[in-house]
Amino acid sequence: MSAHTLAALSQRLGSGDVSSVEITRDYLARIEAHDPALNTVITVTAEQALADAEAADARRAAGEAGPLLGIPLLHKDIFCTAGIRTSCGSKMLDNFVPPYDATVVTRLKAAGAVMLGKTNLDEFAMGSSNENSFYGPARNPWDPERVPGGSSGGSAAAVAAGFAPAATGTDTGGSIRQPAALCGITGLKPTYGRVSRLGMVAFASSLDQGGPLAGSAEDCALLLQAMAGFDPADSTSAEREVDDYSSGLEGDLAGLKIGLPKEYFGDGLDAGIDSTVRAALAEYEALGAELIEISLPHTHLAVPAYYVIAPAEASTNLSRYDGVRYGYRCEDPENLYDLYTRTREEAFGAEVKRRILVGTYALSAGYYDAYYRKAQQIRRLIQQDFLAAFESVDVIMGPTTPHPAWVLGDKANDPVAMYLEDIYTLSVNLAGLPGMSVPAGFVDGLPVGLQLIGPHFDEARLLNIAHRYQQVTDWHTRRPAL
Amino acid sequence: MSDAYWETVIGLEVHVQLATESKIFSGSATTFGASPNSQASAVDLAMPGMLPVLNEKAVRYAVMFGLAIDADIGHRSVFDRKNYFYPDLPKGYQISQFDHPIVGRGHVQIQLGDGSTREIGVTRAHLEEDAGKSLHEDFHGMSGIDLNRAGTPLLEIVSEPEMRSAEEAVAYLKTIHSIVTYLGISDGNMAEGSMRCDVNISLRPRGESEFGTRTEIKNVNSFRFVEKAIQVETERQMDILEDGGSIVQETRLYDSDRNETRSMRSKEVANDYRYFPEPDLLPVEIEDSYVAVLRESLPELPAAKRERFESQYGLGSYDAGVLSGERVIADYFEAVAASGDAKAAANWVQVEVLGALNNSDLSMSDCPLPATELAALIGRINDNTISGKIAKQVFEILWNEGGSVDAIIDSRGFKQVSDSGALEAMVDEVIAASPEQVQQYLAADEGKRKKLVGFFVGQIMKASKGQANPKLVNEILAAKLDAAS
Repeated sequence: MSAHTLAALSQRLGSGDVSSVEITRDYLARIEAHDPALNTVITVTAEQALADAEAADARRAAGEAGPLLGIPLLHKDIFCTAGIRTSCGSKMLDNFVPPYDATVVTRLKAAGAVMLGKTNLDEFAMGSSNENSFYGPARNPWDPERVPGGSSGGSAAAVAAGFAPAATGTDTGGSIRQPAALCGITGLKPTYGRVSRLGMVAFASSLDQGGPLAGSAEDCALLLQAMAGFDPADSTSAEREVDDYSSGLEGDLAGLKIGLPKEYFGDGLDAGIDSTVRAALAEYEALGAELIEISLPHTHLAVPAYYVIAPAEASTNLSRYDGVRYGYRCEDPENLYDLYTRTREEAFGAEVKRRILVGTYALSAGYYDAYYRKAQQIRRLIQQDFLAAFESVDVIMGPTTPHPAWVLGDKANDPVAMYLEDIYTLSVNLAGLPGMSVPAGFVDGLPVGLQLIGPHFDEARLLNIAHRYQQVTDWHTRRPAL
Repeated sequence: MSDAYWETVIGLEVHVQLATESKIFSGSATTFGASPNSQASAVDLAMPGMLPVLNEKAVRYAVMFGLAIDADIGHRSVFDRKNYFYPDLPKGYQISQFDHPIVGRGHVQIQLGDGSTREIGVTRAHLEEDAGKSLHEDFHGMSGIDLNRAGTPLLEIVSEPEMRSAEEAVAYLKTIHSIVTYLGISDGNMAEGSMRCDVNISLRPRGESEFGTRTEIKNVNSFRFVEKAIQVETERQMDILEDGGSIVQETRLYDSDRNETRSMRSKEVANDYRYFPEPDLLPVEIEDSYVAVLRESLPELPAAKRERFESQYGLGSYDAGVLSGERVIADYFEAVAASGDAKAAANWVQVEVLGALNNSDLSMSDCPLPATELAALIGRINDNTISGKIAKQVFEILWNEGGSVDAIIDSRGFKQVSDSGALEAMVDEVIAASPEQVQQYLAADEGKRKKLVGFFVGQIMKASKGQANPKLVNEILAAKLDAAS
């Protein structure tokens, strides 16, 4: 059952072969049996899931159809869920039960999807290994001694482990693509503004974007179709038609121009990943695509620019966690200052504090021009690099990550080494572009991701390009033994 | 030294609450006086994942203000986060505008007590959200937070440091008040905090071009307090400077009970607000066509109205200034003036109506006397039905009890005696009863006679309980007295 893709499950539900209640039970049982070893799910909502599955079956019985009707899903615990604790991986929100659903949750509910629970993540989505979670690290099902990536590590690991056919995630600097790569699944970060951020706990507002993690490009298309769309309650969401993501999946790739940034294949890239990615590119050549070397000359500035902009926005986005209205509050505060400092001292983890400090510093009087303004200038240059590249190529490809999944704790005390793991993904967020990670093979038994980057709002084309590759390869169907 | 030596330099920051039905970034209502936190949504509470959505009406109101002060309207206006921690600031930042305000440089014309006018520059006006309120009473050593006000739209209007006296500052504040109420973009209710004022003040020797060190007096909430705060702060600074001391740049509070300004703790002042562009909101692009439509829809503004009152009704500049100062007063005056006697209307509105409102602590919008009745009253004076003196009695009755002018005149027998037969009898009676005065009159020259005739008029008015038509009485008296000579 768990090896089934969302698309296949959807067909079986449609034909009456299985019921939503049956498959929901099956996934819940699998979570119960195997998640204690992997820690991918923070909150399991079994009772609600079964009730929702029953309701979905009733809707089908009443003649309703739809690809997600009755499909079980997991939500990253950064999406607010009415009446269900939304922790964001933090002690700060360990007791927080929102009275509202995120727009993504609302839309998937309306499509008939069944929520199985909320997945583990780095605290406030800050991290690349899922080690920064108040609930402990999620583990990589390919090797539980290794990290699943982050921050959507719980979602990626859970899909890889077969705890759900798909999950939602968010991506601020690679947080969907990097764990998808490290766990051997398919993940898509949409164009900034394509998916509503309302009800998604903010990390860095100008970079955050929700998207799907699933077993295939075809499944991502089905999920994104329900998630995407203009939301008047999010001023940064795009008021623009949503493409049909499934209808163009089979499109021919003959003549496709693939740009290969030389900066993505240089120093620091694991040799095994390099050769795996090149093998994938050869498959594309076989499909009729043309490989063109390009340059994104400001790539080396992406990490420093990102680690100014994202912490700057985070430092103020997280100011609301002050112990006054909701969330954690320290015991017996002596006065207001004590309430603020002790609440934040006791309930934020080390990485969150580090970023608040860095961001506060970067925005401070006397440093703003040197850091924040400069970083915004770099951001524009990086955007221009991409726009220039897309004048001569249709899609950009390269490795999603420089290394495969590493052993837990290996980089925990070296934040800069950890930050460099996102070197190929950060630029995409800075430029607001859509990006995907597609399984492309293995190095020493660990999955490798191929990254696809497209022009703004070209998700349908990216999905098409990924799908054609998945038709001629089977890397995306490989699953770890639990 | 003192006043003759020192020049006071004043700039004002005026926060005007815009009269939108809902908040600037959320759909919550903005009604004043609702029970605590009943008008605070998840957005206002800064719940995780909540996002601001700009209220178009707030933008429209700001643009209208910009047009009214002849300002540059920013084509691209940016919101910024102003970061600081305070319990009544739920997000830990206020959404405001820093270097791309919606309204750029403009100016207003103020009128002083002597009728003269001056132009005062407005540096900028920007949109921002109000904070909530911290309540320090009734919570047993803790504080309560009411977020009803959090997110209420404010327009912060920053003047150039171009005012030189408390009088000018108050006149400027009144002008801003009259503009925003004319436009209908604020109720201007200072008692409810719809308009609040920060005063920046410094002194320098007259003739000096450099500014002195300034202090900022926060949250002064009435015209009178602005005047007093400036006076006492000017004196305080003058004392320090004349003793050879120097002014500390700081934020101060005005204590109206003790009529003094006091330093706020410096800790609250030394904030680095870490302004940066609000990533949850896109820059506001304001198109020329949008501005053009609003320009067309602007009502007549106070300065234009004042000029029109002078030319159309022949009013002096002071009277025109008072009557155009508030839109409700101007509308009332014009409704009364429609009776045809604008000068009488101007007098009655300024002296009687505004006086009575002031005595009963009412504002014009609560005026119990409809303009149509006041117009009728003036009509009855002009057609000789009642005298001016009786009219004041009628006014009192109208004010206190209501009713119509004609009914009151009828029921109280106020009708002026214009029957010449009856008046002649009264005149005869008074002449007969006052032989001494008649003799004096007859012995006097032309000039003195005019004065002496007043005695007879007074007697007749007394006898008629004020109802004799004074014009007729004068005519009859003159004829009879002259005949007696």
